[in-house]
Amino acid sequence: MRLVVDLNKCQGYAQCAFLAPDVFAMHGEESLIYNPHAPEEQRERLARAVAACPVQAITADGLDSTGERHTGSAQGASDAR
Amino acid sequence: MPQASLLRQITDFANRANPYPLYEELRRTPVLHEADGPYVISSYYDIEALLHDPRISSDAAKMTATGDDELSEPETTGLPPSFIRLDPPEHDRLRRIANSSFGPPHRPTRIDSMRGELAQIVTDLIDGFGDARQIDVVDGCAYPFPVTVICRLLGVPREDEPRFRAWVDPIVAGLDPDTRTSAESERVAQEARLQLGMYLNGLVEQRVKEPRDDMLSDLVNSRGPDGAMTTMEVLTTAVLLLIAGHETTVNLITNGMLTLLRHPEYLQRLRQDPILSVKIVEELLRYEPPVQLLPQRTCITDIEVRGVTIPKGSRIWLVLAAGNRDPERFKDPDRFDPDREDLQHLGFGSGIHSCFGAPLARLEAQIALSELARRLENPRLVEDPPPYRPNAVLRGPRHLNVDFDGLNP
Amino acid sequence: MPADYMGWLRREGRIVIVGASLAGLRAAETLRAEGFAGELTLIGDEPYEPYDRPPLSKAVLLGMASPHHTELPHRREIDAKWRLGVAATGLDLAAKRVRLADGDEVEYDRLLIATGVRARPWFKEEEARLDGVCLLRTRDDAVDLYRRLKAGPRRVFVIGAGFAGSEVASACREMGLPVTVAERAGAPLVGALGGVIGAVASDLQLENGVDLRTHVTVTGLEGDAVGRVRAVHLSDESVVEADVVVVSLGSLRNTEWLAGSGLGAGPRGIACDAGCRAFDFRGIVTDDVFVAGDVARSPHALFGYQFLSLEHWGNAVAQAQTAAHNMICHGADRRPHLWMPAFWSSMFGVNIKSVGVPPMGEQLMITQGSPAERRFVGVYGYQGRMVAAVSFDNTRWLEFYQRQIERGAPFPVEFPTTDRRPEGRQPVDADFPDPSLPSHGPMVTLSGYSPADQQLVFHPARH
Repeated sequence: MRLVVDLNKCQGYAQCAFLAPDVFAMHGEESLIYNPHAPEEQRERLARAVAACPVQAITADGLDSTGERHTGSAQGASDAR
Repeated sequence: MPQASLLRQITDFANRANPYPLYEELRRTPVLHEADGPYVISSYYDIEALLHDPRISSDAAKMTATGDDELSEPETTGLPPSFIRLDPPEHDRLRRIANSSFGPPHRPTRIDSMRGELAQIVTDLIDGFGDARQIDVVDGCAYPFPVTVICRLLGVPREDEPRFRAWVDPIVAGLDPDTRTSAESERVAQEARLQLGMYLNGLVEQRVKEPRDDMLSDLVNSRGPDGAMTTMEVLTTAVLLLIAGHETTVNLITNGMLTLLRHPEYLQRLRQDPILSVKIVEELLRYEPPVQLLPQRTCITDIEVRGVTIPKGSRIWLVLAAGNRDPERFKDPDRFDPDREDLQHLGFGSGIHSCFGAPLARLEAQIALSELARRLENPRLVEDPPPYRPNAVLRGPRHLNVDFDGLNP
Repeated sequence: MPADYMGWLRREGRIVIVGASLAGLRAAETLRAEGFAGELTLIGDEPYEPYDRPPLSKAVLLGMASPHHTELPHRREIDAKWRLGVAATGLDLAAKRVRLADGDEVEYDRLLIATGVRARPWFKEEEARLDGVCLLRTRDDAVDLYRRLKAGPRRVFVIGAGFAGSEVASACREMGLPVTVAERAGAPLVGALGGVIGAVASDLQLENGVDLRTHVTVTGLEGDAVGRVRAVHLSDESVVEADVVVVSLGSLRNTEWLAGSGLGAGPRGIACDAGCRAFDFRGIVTDDVFVAGDVARSPHALFGYQFLSLEHWGNAVAQAQTAAHNMICHGADRRPHLWMPAFWSSMFGVNIKSVGVPPMGEQLMITQGSPAERRFVGVYGYQGRMVAAVSFDNTRWLEFYQRQIERGAPFPVEFPTTDRRPEGRQPVDADFPDPSLPSHGPMVTLSGYSPADQQLVFHPARH
């Protein structure tokens, strides 16, 4: 599964690093590094991490059964704010 | 004079079961200030902004406003303020040390590695229902679960867990504004605090000599760049984690079960698909947040919010539960909809004071709700609304009696 | 133009996007999300589908991610024709055709240019070809550099202490590799954040064991008998032995392919209006050519309508979405690209983030925390206004400052803040280098006030 984190939005709450520690890690107290290509066995943990992000900064594909994640207009609006 | 009495209505126990119509009224005056009372902020964007505003303080010493505020708790623990009541840099230092024992970067897998243990605790609790066909979700699961978990995290030996809980119960009860007015309950709570403090102090002394793999050992032996916590700081932090990480989770689980019983289609879906608990818990944090409002902020200078000047030193309430249902932010806000795409809620606050134990609370609630949904056969609410605890801030049912037909294995 | 041209375009028009990276992909998704049903072609010179670049200098070098697998997730199906591994080589504005390196031509009704930037190579070509002299911009670069670092070189030499160079130095130290960094200015990051903050970055490097050399330039790279780099010669006449040299001298905008096309494209990018429509070299806005991402240079209303070139990840996303929207709607429905500049970096375990345009700032106030502790917020001011803020491990406060900048808050900062230290009560000179001096790759360049300032003579691209 592919994922990307909008690190402009990220504020280092580390929820993802708690919930999917093999995919996300804190480097120091505040900066996040992650594997943009999470292995399939991380599906459930990745889903927890995506949902828990307090600033909704994680976009992942292949999580839903449809294989498509639509984050279109709402995301656009907040980016532009 | 409906407006003059709005805060009184919100704190009035009679409205505990459903404060949301009052919050809706509250949002019509985004910065509400009744004579001598706090400045009450209720719209999403204002709350969000103030949680990130460096002119806002959580330090009780910065509060100069006089007058009555029935929700701001006195510091009755007899300990110095915990990091929840401090500003940077003290807040940051203590929280960093606490975090170095709890989560990434230093302990990235502590919580993740507890998942099996969490599930087992819930399984044992549900197994304990035995042949009963009616249970109280609060006493049977939502309450004992988080206390057991926090005991294990801190390093309270299993054989001491019952004693530990016996102290915690009156302390937590003492947080309720109604019960703390009774001299007897206050005496009991005070006694329990003393006992708990002495007990924890004994544990701390042990852990200094013989560190184990638990948070108390880490806290007393912390040797990072931020230095060590003093024994007082360790005790303060331990009590904070205990109290704050506990009542809130009880309410999250209980509010969750109540909400699911009121929306049986999601209970059914959760039974088929346990991972739906992830989305359910996030929506619950918006829809029925366990911390309804933050009553302990002030400002260190005059600030302006929506054209209203809030004078330096004022008491400020941030009503998270009202912001979470702000139609300016959320579409159809009064609908419980775990399928929402756009769900950036205020359930755990935001900014530097955002909930320390959030990842643990999430996992606990996800596991408890999915297991309750799976194991209880045909669960039904005995009374709706259920009886509530008095507390308007940490709001949740005191009991949640549920009838069911049997236990699935 | 027929009244329903837009309806026709949306139903069966042809849109070509040149540049298949972050901006190109997000633009394609937005076009489909907003109902574009015609033919969509994405052209990219690299043979890979769109991948994310920031991990290449961070997670990849730290061993957390594979350089082969940073492909971007798709937000939706885009049903596009992909022309990957083939560069665009020319543009015929009149005929509405893009020429490709393989001789093919692709016709369009609307064109989006998102060709981005590339790493500025070492200026002496022969030395640049020495084995062990590396760049870090593309996936192939990252594969190569990671392999060399894993092999345990005796010393890595980084030329240039901007963000990318500093991130490489940080990764080297994390891997336990000796590393020397040479910087022409007095400290790392000065082009982007000024000398006051640069001094903090300097201390970070020194504390972490980087052999940092400032106020020096590299005069030459020396190879051995078999063509491997073995030493670096510096302007102070010192020589440093190294077997990997990372050239981190900023970037060049990919606009050469537009030479002679008539577009206002050059070394500083492609000028466009706030609606992402490209200017031709006369300063007249085009109707059917749009620009987004690192290669674009557009006026920003919040910053005196100055033309900003922003090599920022977030800018690429936001500008691509705006450009895509504007490509397929009527004039009245167009949106301006008003994204608040913002970037992040991470080095030596410290999270560095910024909002606004720091290089515009003349003065700086540390409003929270302390640079000595590596945890602080600094606010930049220009002519009485707050124009930017930077945080080191203090990102949760930054959105407050963003709102202040958006509202044109006064500078010096008038209000008290929690955790204000004595040194933060007065503004100091932010200490940016003189903009007229040569510099490599500041994060932002500012120029002119309107397209009319540009001369009506077209100069071919010079780098």
